[in-house]
Amino acid sequence: MSMTLASPVLDSKTPDGPVADKWDNFKANEKLVNPANKRKFKIIVVGTGLAGASAAATLAELGYQVDAFTFHDSPRRAHSIAAQGGINAAKNYRGDGDSVNRLFYDTIKGGDFRSRESNVHRLAQVSVNIIDQMVAQGVPFAREYGGMLDNRSFGGAQVSRTFYARGQTGQQLLLGAYQQLARQIGLGNVRLFNRTELVDVVTIDGRCAGIVTRDLMNGEVTSHAAHAVVLATGGYGNAFFLSTNAMACNVTAAWRAHRRGAFFANPCYTQIHPTCIPQSDDFQSKLTLMSESLRNDGRVWVPKMAGDTRAPADIPEDERDYYLERLYPSFGNLAPRDISSRAAKRAVDNGQGVGPKQNGVYLDFADAIGRLGADVVRERYGNLFDMYERITGENPYEVPMRIYPASHYTMGGLWVDYELMTTIPGLYAAGEANFSDHGANRLGASALMQGLSDGYFVLPYTISNYLAQWLNKSIPDTSHPEFAKIEAEARDRYHRLASSDGTRGPDWFHRELGKIIWDYCGMERTEAGLDKALSEIPALYEEFRRDLKVTGGEFGLNQTLEKAARTEDFFELGMTMCRDALERRESCGGHFRAEYQTEEGEALRDDENFAHVSAWEYTGDATQPTLHIEPLVYEEVSFQTRSYK
Amino acid sequence: MSTTLKNLTLKIWRQDGPNGAGRFDTHVIDEITDEASFLEMLDILNEQLIENGDEAVVFDHDCREGICGTCSLMINGQAHGPERATATCQLHMRKFSSGDTIVIDRSAFDRIIESGGFITAATGGAPDANLIPVPKPVADAAMDAAQCIGCGACVAACPNGAANLFTSAKISHLNLLPQGQAERYQRVENMVETMDEYFGSCTNHGECEAACPKEISIDMIALMNSDYRKAKVKNRKALSRT
Repeated sequence: MSMTLASPVLDSKTPDGPVADKWDNFKANEKLVNPANKRKFKIIVVGTGLAGASAAATLAELGYQVDAFTFHDSPRRAHSIAAQGGINAAKNYRGDGDSVNRLFYDTIKGGDFRSRESNVHRLAQVSVNIIDQMVAQGVPFAREYGGMLDNRSFGGAQVSRTFYARGQTGQQLLLGAYQQLARQIGLGNVRLFNRTELVDVVTIDGRCAGIVTRDLMNGEVTSHAAHAVVLATGGYGNAFFLSTNAMACNVTAAWRAHRRGAFFANPCYTQIHPTCIPQSDDFQSKLTLMSESLRNDGRVWVPKMAGDTRAPADIPEDERDYYLERLYPSFGNLAPRDISSRAAKRAVDNGQGVGPKQNGVYLDFADAIGRLGADVVRERYGNLFDMYERITGENPYEVPMRIYPASHYTMGGLWVDYELMTTIPGLYAAGEANFSDHGANRLGASALMQGLSDGYFVLPYTISNYLAQWLNKSIPDTSHPEFAKIEAEARDRYHRLASSDGTRGPDWFHRELGKIIWDYCGMERTEAGLDKALSEIPALYEEFRRDLKVTGGEFGLNQTLEKAARTEDFFELGMTMCRDALERRESCGGHFRAEYQTEEGEALRDDENFAHVSAWEYTGDATQPTLHIEPLVYEEVSFQTRSYK
Repeated sequence: MSTTLKNLTLKIWRQDGPNGAGRFDTHVIDEITDEASFLEMLDILNEQLIENGDEAVVFDHDCREGICGTCSLMINGQAHGPERATATCQLHMRKFSSGDTIVIDRSAFDRIIESGGFITAATGGAPDANLIPVPKPVADAAMDAAQCIGCGACVAACPNGAANLFTSAKISHLNLLPQGQAERYQRVENMVETMDEYFGSCTNHGECEAACPKEISIDMIALMNSDYRKAKVKNRKALSRT
């Protein structure tokens, strides 16, 4: 098996100048489209989460014609809504030493020195504008009694820079962006296509010419032409089947673009969140996140003895292993996400797991309740305790919570340059769908920041730099034969899937696929395991092609058919993920290769050989994509080892 | 610890498309653990149906964390089922000792928001966030209203099919905040009038509040009515000046 390294290396189109001046330099030199000419351009935005809704609304305000697509019934359902904790911004309202440079550095370090410096600096710069914009739109952020904005602190930072709206920050930000989009829809500046899913991307003469979509209510496949297309279609965490993502989250839009020539970067960078409610039965559909903030007062432990099935209260203190406090004395129960997750996995793998399926660890509040009283604990975490009890039927005031890590966010995604353009000219990727800002690990409260940064303050500037060249030139419309060809391919695909007459539904295959990816490309990866995954996934894929059963027909609302198509794309993504994880022979952030660790079991980076972005080109065989490299050049910061001892 | 429910009988309302004739189909699940959520129970039923060559039951759902508002089931005659302040997706089988399901067209909610459920603030021109102080009690009250997930349970529970709780929650959220004052009266008029095009009238049954998974208070309806009444006077005055 040979790896092909294509040359030349990828050009990130990073502007000239010192890191702090790059964004200003870009804005000073980019091509603009004058206000009267903007209405001559049509832009398609796929996805209406934070990145998509904010981009569509802003582009429409600027005067472009915008078509927005969502597969949900309403733009407000996008999964951005589920984010709990908050959004970071370098406002320094606390006067505690925060600055744009501090947020920039924290994000680079949090990402384990695997992100693009210029993008991260821009993110930190525009973070302050996001808070201003959202407040102007009426997002009810938490306030102090004097009426000023409140902040909380979050992991990976020594300052308080996180803005929040109770435990529903994502919901309030999304509703803010959705309302701004709704205003543009009401004004007729945006046409909304709801319950419509992207099924392919059309390229003509080397540029993205539009998309092909399927109407989920009647199965009709249609074409849409535009000057530029933005994919803001989220991450691929549901590749694991069980994750904290919403049920409908999928990789289809990004993967279809990848199949048409967009490179896919760092697919092996996935984030596993340590505090989720463990799986309770084999039919479980998703995992629920319990906010990281619980670790401020909860103590994590497992029985010292493997296979101990006694009730937690019957296990005496000296037979308990408070392993985070033991292994990471200075950070204790607040050790970072990747480190806490791996420690929990080791305990469960040792047979020390707790609960009916022995698949969890305890998060115990007994000490906190003893010290602070149940009322204070209720005030701090009441809503989370209630949610836990609703799901598990156990009262965490009396019995310790059971938690276990779960897939939560994906740092990898479509490769984009500084202007957020993919390797297909005219096709952009924003938000979780791109790879650009979080490196190998994302910090808490930074996903919301990046989605809104891309949609509000980056794309609206960078897109004109591309569009300007097309002024008063004709572009192909949907009567072009390429649209007809790709439409026909999409119809054939859905026809083939709808006529699958094997014995098992798509969920069965998705679950089995997820188990393979979780076992071999989850929290800990090894060469042997990844090799195994790269033979097991194609074998299961063959079975999927042969034995899938889809009922309900090709036309009309058919959720089974939708799942079948999305599962098919997860199969190919899974193969490329494992290939990427295999070829990245180092450990960094969320990518932990057991062969590359320090004596203490921590991630061991190899900056000499792997300080680069791995961008994969589709070749027709997802297990053998072609690797392209973007070297990561650090001008402002220098490599350091992350330590949390 | 978990127990199982045997011979769970489901009577599910199904129809082929918005104009198709509807019917109740009966399905039996032999055994199900009470650890399963209500929607996982439907997943299991669907896998069973697909393997038998039958069409799966279509239902709306997404986040399964009670926040996105996509799920919309009437279970035993109650929107979101029997547990208070709980959306369908967080309801578990242990709360049962069976419902009609269907995908609902809730786009009228989007039309209401489009008519005024926003604060006009184009991207880019916002002043520093702390230049607009918001007293904590005001921010808290606005947040109480803003929690609405737009699921539509309030309309489903209302004998009149009124959307007053949904509409008033958005109006209250924005009209309480200082940023929302400029468009306050125009907003309430436009939104109430759009609401009236699609939905029935409120006669203060309070079923909406009881069904709401986010415990939105019907006080919001009083706030909306009060602003609507004022708007009728204010806007006439404004018009008379022109």
